[in-house]
Amino acid sequence: MTLKQIEGSHGVAEAVALCRPEVICAYPISPQTHIVENLGEMVKAGELKAEYLNVESEFAAMSVAIGSSAVGARTYTATASQGLLYMAEAVYNASGLGLPIVMTIANRAIGAPINIWNDHSDSMSMRDSGWIQLFAETNQEAMDLHIQAFKLAEELSLPVMVCMDGFILTHAYERLDVPTQEQVDAFLPPFEPRQELNPAHPLSIGAMVGPEAYTEVRYLAHAKQMQALERIPEIAADFKLGFGRDAGGLIRPYRLEGAEIVIIALGSVLGTIKDVIDELHEAGQKIGVLGIISYRPFPLEAICEALKDAKKVIVLEKCFAVGIGGIVATNVRMALASTGQEVLTVVAGLGGRAITMSSLHAMLQEAVAGRLGKLTFMDLQQGVVDRVLEHERNVRRSGPIAESVLRDIGAVASKIS
Amino acid sequence: MFQTRIHGRGGQGVVTAAEMLSIAAFLEGKHAQAFPSFGSERTGAPVVAYCRIDNKEIRLREPIMAPDSIIIQDPTLLNQVDVFQGLKADGYVLINSAKNFEQLGIADIAKKLRPDHQVCVPATEIAMKYLGRPMPNAVLLGAFAGLSGAISLASVAAAIRDKFSGKVAEGNINAATAAFEYAKQQLAALEVA
Repeated sequence: MTLKQIEGSHGVAEAVALCRPEVICAYPISPQTHIVENLGEMVKAGELKAEYLNVESEFAAMSVAIGSSAVGARTYTATASQGLLYMAEAVYNASGLGLPIVMTIANRAIGAPINIWNDHSDSMSMRDSGWIQLFAETNQEAMDLHIQAFKLAEELSLPVMVCMDGFILTHAYERLDVPTQEQVDAFLPPFEPRQELNPAHPLSIGAMVGPEAYTEVRYLAHAKQMQALERIPEIAADFKLGFGRDAGGLIRPYRLEGAEIVIIALGSVLGTIKDVIDELHEAGQKIGVLGIISYRPFPLEAICEALKDAKKVIVLEKCFAVGIGGIVATNVRMALASTGQEVLTVVAGLGGRAITMSSLHAMLQEAVAGRLGKLTFMDLQQGVVDRVLEHERNVRRSGPIAESVLRDIGAVASKIS
Repeated sequence: MFQTRIHGRGGQGVVTAAEMLSIAAFLEGKHAQAFPSFGSERTGAPVVAYCRIDNKEIRLREPIMAPDSIIIQDPTLLNQVDVFQGLKADGYVLINSAKNFEQLGIADIAKKLRPDHQVCVPATEIAMKYLGRPMPNAVLLGAFAGLSGAISLASVAAAIRDKFSGKVAEGNINAATAAFEYAKQQLAALEVA
């Protein structure tokens, strides 16, 4: 292994290259672009033997990925935000056909309003697409999850999304442990496809399936995700044997012993949360943290078991379903359906709003005091919202909402935070 | 943990400066995390980048709001951005300017800081001399090594070589070394006075 101080995107590109992908296709979109640019440079320099395709859209990227995976080539792509939405139809086809494509999602908000910054709205929009979704806490884990993702995808013949926070991880320089080719080769065997389009052995993939069999085919997709629940921890254990560090798995508990309150989150915000929780422990307040790495399949039983001593569960999520509230929280409530434990939702970090230690401290003290509501939008500027609503009540032609909010808030160039 | 915030304008290599600072710290065996603040990466627009240095793994991902040190690559930002926001009482300030704090109109800030924790260095002029281009970022890292000692000049030079090569690397290293000496002389003059 080699320690390097590099950008997260660069690290992920190196990890993907070590997995010996045969086809890489991508269309650039921030904050994912640096990953495929790095891979493109490696192919051009002859360091990576792969077919690199520049395509004309994200829909084309996933369509090319479907074709190349179907002929038995190990296939990689990456996208974010509107790019993921644009390829949505093909995303469902990739999983429905059982093609083990690995795709990085450099998590970014969805417009409108247009916003290039980080939240989890993009991945969450595809949560029911049949892809496995793994969320990385650090850049090291993002690298390691890609190596695990190819193994998992190809074993089950299912596509995997590795989700990493856009900008916060993709553009951060950190110390990364880059494995050797020998280590990765020992861990990840050559791709042995379950189905392969090959003129020497003709077959068709993508049958029209009517009511007589559609339920069974869909059930099998679910059954495969249930198999993934078993394989994900085993692959993480194998990874630890080969690489000497923890990465992946279904969930990651932190200081749960004796914790009556547990905060659940996905992705890079877990680091900031852990720093807050350590401070609270020093002050005698025992609050635990549970990171969810595998969001699809959703580990209902593992989460229920990990939370068995908790009285109150706070789900902090960088996304929400308009008209109902938390997305992750709804899933956590399902995990705890028979226990009666209280589950509160905190929506935070939307569109790149920084999730600060001070805001987390304040929120947790509200929770300790029993004042935290069922659904809270962290650091929401209530006055701004109220003024827009008031204006709408008074003026029929009140104009576009985003512009009203920006006008109210004023110039931000002079502000640091 | 030692936290640095770098202010500059799009095109001045602000993000690259934070990345090089993190590489310099990494080369000294430390953990370091560099990341930019996004959104206004247009040429000339205010840009902020951050770098944390610690002896243990850095988990924190919030922007740096209470920095131990601030590097200002463009003094025209002083009138536009609250660059000193959250600076710790014993923090360091490094400004790219041929003027001093009083001439820049920030004597009040200078008074609050330790005299040996603040320095103005004409990094753009130094860059013009050694590089022929007004790129103050790597130059200021040399001065920063001289001012704060948070990283060594040798590590700054190695970080420059990691990012650049050939003439550009050598020019930047010579400029950073000159800025290092300049900052050291300013601080030494303080001791004599």
